[in-house]
Amino acid sequence: MLISKTTQCSYTPTVHRYQKEIQRQDVYHFNNMTKSKADEEDYWNSSKFKAFTFDDEDDELIRLKESRQAVNSIQRLVEEDDDEDDVEKVSWSGEPVGSISWSVKETAASNQRTDREPAFPKIPTDTPSLSKSQSGYSLSSLFKGKTKGGNFQSFTDTLSDSSIRLYAPELRKPKSEYKDYVSDWSPEETIQRLQQGKTAPLEKFRSLQDKLLLLDFAVSAHDGNVITAVLIYLKRTLSKEVLFRELESRQTALRHFIHYLTETKDQRLLLELLRALGRTEDVALLQYKEHLSIADENKRRDFLKSCLSLPFSAEDSAHVQDHYTLLERQIIIEATDRQAERGGKVEIFQKFPRRASILNMPLITTLYYCCFYHYSEPEGTYSSPLNIRQAFKISEKQYFVTALAARAKLKAWLDVDALFTSRNWLGFTRKKSPLSFQRVVDVLQKNSAPTQVLQDYVGLVEDPDMRISLAQKHKCHDIVINTYRDMKDRQQLLGYRGKVGRGSAEERKIDELLNNQQIRWKN
Amino acid sequence: MAAHLSYGRVNLNILREAARKELREFLDKCAGSKAIVWDEYLTGPFGLIAQYSLLKEHEVEKMFTLKSGRLPSADVKNIIFFVRPRLELMDIIAENVFSEDKHHSSRDFHILFVPRRSMLCEQRLKEQGVLGSFINIDEYILDLIPYDGDLLSMEYESAFRECYLENDQTSLYHTAKGLMTLQALYGTIPQIYGKGDCARHVANMMLRMKREFAGTQNQILPVFDTLLLLDRNVDLLTPLATQLTYEGLIDEIYGINNGYVKLPPEKFAQKKQGEASKDLPTEPKKLQLNSAEELYAEIRDKNFNAVGAALSKKAKIISAAFEERHNAKTVGEIKQFVSQLPHMQAARTPCFPTLLKNEIQSLSNNSRQYPVSPVSASEAFFDNLTVEQEFMTGVDTDKVNTYIEDCIAQKDPLIKILRLVCMQSVCNNGLKQKVLDYYKREILQTYGYEHILTLNNLEKGGLLKPQTSSRNNYPTIRKTLKLWMEDANEQNPNDISYVYSGYAPLSIRLTQVLARPGWRSIEEVLKMLPGPHFEERQQLPSGLHKKRQQGENRTTLVFFLGGVTYAEIAALRFLSQMEDSGMEYIIATTKLVNGTTWIKSLMDRPESQTP
Repeated sequence: MLISKTTQCSYTPTVHRYQKEIQRQDVYHFNNMTKSKADEEDYWNSSKFKAFTFDDEDDELIRLKESRQAVNSIQRLVEEDDDEDDVEKVSWSGEPVGSISWSVKETAASNQRTDREPAFPKIPTDTPSLSKSQSGYSLSSLFKGKTKGGNFQSFTDTLSDSSIRLYAPELRKPKSEYKDYVSDWSPEETIQRLQQGKTAPLEKFRSLQDKLLLLDFAVSAHDGNVITAVLIYLKRTLSKEVLFRELESRQTALRHFIHYLTETKDQRLLLELLRALGRTEDVALLQYKEHLSIADENKRRDFLKSCLSLPFSAEDSAHVQDHYTLLERQIIIEATDRQAERGGKVEIFQKFPRRASILNMPLITTLYYCCFYHYSEPEGTYSSPLNIRQAFKISEKQYFVTALAARAKLKAWLDVDALFTSRNWLGFTRKKSPLSFQRVVDVLQKNSAPTQVLQDYVGLVEDPDMRISLAQKHKCHDIVINTYRDMKDRQQLLGYRGKVGRGSAEERKIDELLNNQQIRWKN
Repeated sequence: MAAHLSYGRVNLNILREAARKELREFLDKCAGSKAIVWDEYLTGPFGLIAQYSLLKEHEVEKMFTLKSGRLPSADVKNIIFFVRPRLELMDIIAENVFSEDKHHSSRDFHILFVPRRSMLCEQRLKEQGVLGSFINIDEYILDLIPYDGDLLSMEYESAFRECYLENDQTSLYHTAKGLMTLQALYGTIPQIYGKGDCARHVANMMLRMKREFAGTQNQILPVFDTLLLLDRNVDLLTPLATQLTYEGLIDEIYGINNGYVKLPPEKFAQKKQGEASKDLPTEPKKLQLNSAEELYAEIRDKNFNAVGAALSKKAKIISAAFEERHNAKTVGEIKQFVSQLPHMQAARTPCFPTLLKNEIQSLSNNSRQYPVSPVSASEAFFDNLTVEQEFMTGVDTDKVNTYIEDCIAQKDPLIKILRLVCMQSVCNNGLKQKVLDYYKREILQTYGYEHILTLNNLEKGGLLKPQTSSRNNYPTIRKTLKLWMEDANEQNPNDISYVYSGYAPLSIRLTQVLARPGWRSIEEVLKMLPGPHFEERQQLPSGLHKKRQQGENRTTLVFFLGGVTYAEIAALRFLSQMEDSGMEYIIATTKLVNGTTWIKSLMDRPESQTP
């Protein structure tokens, strides 16, 4: 996220002196005008008035810098010769040798090395400075209009093998630059100057109309940096009410302003703005977002509670409520379980020590945790899986998958069995699942369930092809054999005979079937 | 060093040279020995412009990464900060400068902003009281970086988010500036076409900038005949789909950043079985991927199903010696298949192509018969693909999809879920409220409620939305633009749909139709897609009108605002190579993306997504 880019300042002293003069003039004007145009005071926050330029270095500073540069250039002569060894040719650091990111690491590392060496007195050596190449033109010099004399120069002297003749590009020098030394810039010219990275005082635009004109020109120039510059000026000099009102009809500027406030973390003003615009959902989300930066769980919970009254959309509001309820519960569960674990009396915590705290975990993770540690608790407790399922309206599928995974992890096969068993009104039991039994097998197998357990569920897979493929994979021979029998597929059964152990019970069963005259084989 | 940039239709090395020259000029401005303190993000993009050797020639002796605290000591005269204009970086710089003054005295400080100076940043430095400590504050305009012989990227990651979520048009301004630079070097582009709001903005800015510089004519014979500006939000579908070209797949699995892929070290350990493992590399290795590597250039744009055949053909040429080497291996996981790639760097090693062959073949075979049980990585890959293709062909897009449901239950990575849900939404012109609510609920319950923020972002960006009208216009768009081709030929493609094994990227279809027969033939569909479509002409000085030779190809620069995928690039390269197309394409973009990086850029706090 780049924040808007700025205007450049020019460092030539002439411009600076000139600049100062303009400012002085401005102040003078201002004093006169405040008397005559009192009505403008509404829009002008005079207490904050201060000459505003993009560059307020003054001549003294420039001179100081110049002398410092001079000193430095002398100093260069007494520079220590850095006899850094040649770089290694091969690197396993993962970066290609010679690339910049590789070199960053490399030189930093060698720097550490030299750090450890004892400091010897520096021996002055003469390092000749590189002669600056004056020929040719770089991109920026072309666009900044720095080309001396404005003559076209060909690129060919810098680009070794280009056969095309290149002329100076069309961006050479905008007309407006000739107006550098004219004082009275219109809003449009001011924006152009800012865009070209030059200084231009905004203070002279004092009427609301002028300010808005400035803003509109900035917007139509599409230069985010200039728009932001104008907005900062307006923010300083207009009352909030007026600024907000005017921004409302200028969507682009408004978005830049919102972005600017976000970037500078001016949360208060941002919320105020959004509220004024009636963008209540945005306000709510923005405020809600803040919870992410609160580390303490109790504070976070309280903060979430305060979010409940925010104007979310109906659905988001329900989610935020759930978020709060969940954290509230997690805090209670965490406190109880931590104590139980420390007490050392509860078997499950001894056998399977908790790896992490449950705080701030997603709901399903919390459910898994409770299915793991609190499976058989009565429905009334906070940590009871059934209670959680109820409170958060967890879908049947999600509940089953989670409970299955947790119980399978504990190898509590009876619980797994019970999960899928239902009784009909005649009292017969049968297995039912909201997920495909194929998925159930998958979960069980991942938790290394024994074949006896697996085959119960493989047998329940509805699609015969799928069932056979799973049964073969998990070596549930009975199921394979029975399925082929049901499909009346003699050939396949014959083929499978070769895959079971010689003289095994399975082989006998296959032989029995193959010899059975009652079956009408399809092949 | 960057010869691959000059082989294309347009010599992009000119642009690179110009950028290098400017860098040299800035470095020479700071006379004497230097240390560069890098905003780490910039090292990637800069790597495409210059190597360390160039910096060294200009007395850069040390390089550090920008970190808070004290600067490492270095006996240099100048400390130069290379940074993006971001406020948080300014605070770090201020800290560096402050702690510096106590320990050293005579080092000079400079800042180079990339790609633009920022008033806000300078204000911040001033507030921190360090602005006066800098001798030079300059900007390095790095708008369009040459990436390959036919490819330019701004490497501006947040462009889509800024344009469509935050409505910040700064990236568009940079785009327009970059295009002006390009025109300065390669001539005025006489025709500009565009589709989308951002495209319109960029074109407006370009025309305006041209007016501002009126009076001086660009005397360069135009290299580009046409510029096509395309908004990413005109085609939200394509980046969501899994890319199936070789390079696209590498990007999907390992991620390509700034032209480099980072491969885990274990990929290099395979050959030395039995040997002591202590010598094995522990850090990931980076490889550069571009047309400089001949073999890579040959296969990168092929459908992964065709890579095997291409390589085995190549293998026969190189060597037959290792033919039997990896026969024992049966299932190639996709990861393994791509992992062999490092050997590509050295295509001279004769075994490399054969190493790849078997894995790719087993992948190709797998894709024909859909796997039974979702266990292995490659099977999960094809399951995912099946669902994507169902959505793209319009099957059951109005219902809750069980595969997505299962993936959530399995806690698959959130981004994968979001990609699929968004895809379903786009292919259905919005989801039924009930379906949307169900997905949202499941996602928040499984991955955490804080993702409310991300879901809201996706809605703002138009990737996820409730159906507003009962009419779903996606089928009409699909049929008119022939987005789905039933039997795409992956081996010897005759249509761009090969890059997604059946799906022809919408963005590229628009490009193709523009070239022939023209957009007038698809007015109706253009109206269904967001944003205006337009055509502009830029006057050329009379002497510069091209006298076209018979049969000479025209050149179009296609600029994707908000990102482009490797598969789309492959499709455009395919069109360039078609004998009767008469058009060559150069591609430019704000950033090379894939579904994952793209969705990530739209998330709030993506780092908190890993459970």
